[in-house]
Amino acid sequence: MALTLAQKILASHSTVPLTEAELEPGRIVNCSLDLVLANDITAPLAIKSFKAMGAKSVFDKSKIALVMDHFTPQKDIASAEQVMVTRAFAEEQDIEHYFEGGNAGVEHALLPELGLVGPGDLVIGADSHTCTYGGMGAFATGMGSTDIAGGMALGESWFKVPESIRVSFTGSLDSCVSGKDLILWTIGKLGVDGARYKALEFDGPVIDAMPVEGRLTMANMAIEAGGKAGLFAADAATLEYCKAAGRTGDALIAADPGARYEQHISFDVSGMEPLVACPHLPENVRPVSELGDITVNQVIIGSCTNGRISDLRTAAAVLAGRKVKKGLRCIVLPATPKIWKQALREGIIETMLDAGCIIGPPSCGPCLGGHLGILGGGERALATTNRNFRGRMGSLESEVYLANPAVAAATAVTGVISHPGKL
Amino acid sequence: MKYTGTSLTLGDHIDTDAIIPAVYLVSTDPKELGSHCMEGMDPKWLNKVAPGASVIVAGRNFGCGSSREHAPVAIVGAGIPVVIAHSFARIFYRNAFNMGLVPIEIGEAVSEFKEGDQVEVDMAEGKITNKSTGKAIDFPPLPESMRAILDAGGLAPFVKKRLGA
Repeated sequence: MALTLAQKILASHSTVPLTEAELEPGRIVNCSLDLVLANDITAPLAIKSFKAMGAKSVFDKSKIALVMDHFTPQKDIASAEQVMVTRAFAEEQDIEHYFEGGNAGVEHALLPELGLVGPGDLVIGADSHTCTYGGMGAFATGMGSTDIAGGMALGESWFKVPESIRVSFTGSLDSCVSGKDLILWTIGKLGVDGARYKALEFDGPVIDAMPVEGRLTMANMAIEAGGKAGLFAADAATLEYCKAAGRTGDALIAADPGARYEQHISFDVSGMEPLVACPHLPENVRPVSELGDITVNQVIIGSCTNGRISDLRTAAAVLAGRKVKKGLRCIVLPATPKIWKQALREGIIETMLDAGCIIGPPSCGPCLGGHLGILGGGERALATTNRNFRGRMGSLESEVYLANPAVAAATAVTGVISHPGKL
Repeated sequence: MKYTGTSLTLGDHIDTDAIIPAVYLVSTDPKELGSHCMEGMDPKWLNKVAPGASVIVAGRNFGCGSSREHAPVAIVGAGIPVVIAHSFARIFYRNAFNMGLVPIEIGEAVSEFKEGDQVEVDMAEGKITNKSTGKAIDFPPLPESMRAILDAGGLAPFVKKRLGA
């Protein structure tokens, strides 16, 4: 049987040999896990469940990652105490991959950078954007804390084999258009529940030419279409990325020719302009030039979606020699310490400071309305993040627009949501 | 197991930030989380809830967004044992069972319920009755294994019982 990428990875991790019928979409398979992760919000609940289950020790201390990234640096007493609970657990269990303070970065940027995820891996995380690792050919999906507790105890979890939707991109991309725009297009096309319970599998010449960081951005937002996973084949570029992260022994992986898909969508990206997701759902997608004059009070450049070095380079190229609009706060959060340092080395930080940006620490912070850039009633933000639900970044009376880093930088300059090619 | 309560209706795509805003994720306590249930949608919504005697009837894709288990915990903590919806977001659906919140998916039949209707849910029969209109809706009964998780109060107490820990 020709397999989708989702079926192939689940089959390779099944705890028992499977027949072809047992790999049909809708069947439930039990699989062994390569990595189980949680963060400062979800780990305390997972630890509570782990103890309530009567579990004594984790299945493998080298296959658990605990990343204190959401409210870091600790924003208040309660969040500091959440980290204390997790730190004590990590020490008690001798967890190898515990990240806090200056070692921590936004989890889905940090773990690939450290080589903790690779092609063909099966990963579960107590964070919905765990699907990011699909960008490097891993089947990775978000679950709740108690499922993660089970995974930490047993090293196994159950999965319903998903239908896959194949999305192919052809044509040539405009220089202002990137992976963010392709995933926003996909969410706009499918709707926020169009891929519910399903995997998205992306391919085509545009994807083949796309750097791995762009694929990570796309896989990251599969969940915003309801997707269980967003998958890309691992190709030579993926293996190069893995090698740079210090990994060895990774292999190419792709769906079989002739695999069955629930549907196949093709899109020619030629002539496409940057897209913006308008309040209050990621599916409300419109071309930037059709928005009219929408003034904003805050721009956020960062997050597990678009806080990587290529995103900062893109934003800096737009900001170079320009100034952030008076009265607007442009907050840049490089997603990991390594990215921060690289941006410093390349002069990106200086360019951004000269433009009038605020450069913050690696943190999820404002993306989920935690800290480091919150909106008041009536305020509006343009962010490179992933969700624009009502109240997501602060007041219930505020608004969030989502776009790529070039649009974010252009908007920071003009104070109005802007096309970066028309400054 | 049977549940009865007054229907509280909600629309499509009720997201996890609406159910429990991120500022409250510094707690894992059901009572504390329950006291902020749906605050991201309407800070006064909780006034309508009669703990132990309310049932949510929602539209499509209920619980979309974050993987935060705090969302079903907040609903249970507010004293609401059952959510009936057109459909559920995948992670929320799984979390609901694990946290002992009953999720029932009935598609277009959610249109049979108005705010304030009296609702009875019979889990073993797989039947929801709108006592205010007399209309009955069948849903596929959950397998016994899933009902056992709900009856235990969630996955953690279920596993503990199984392990004899």
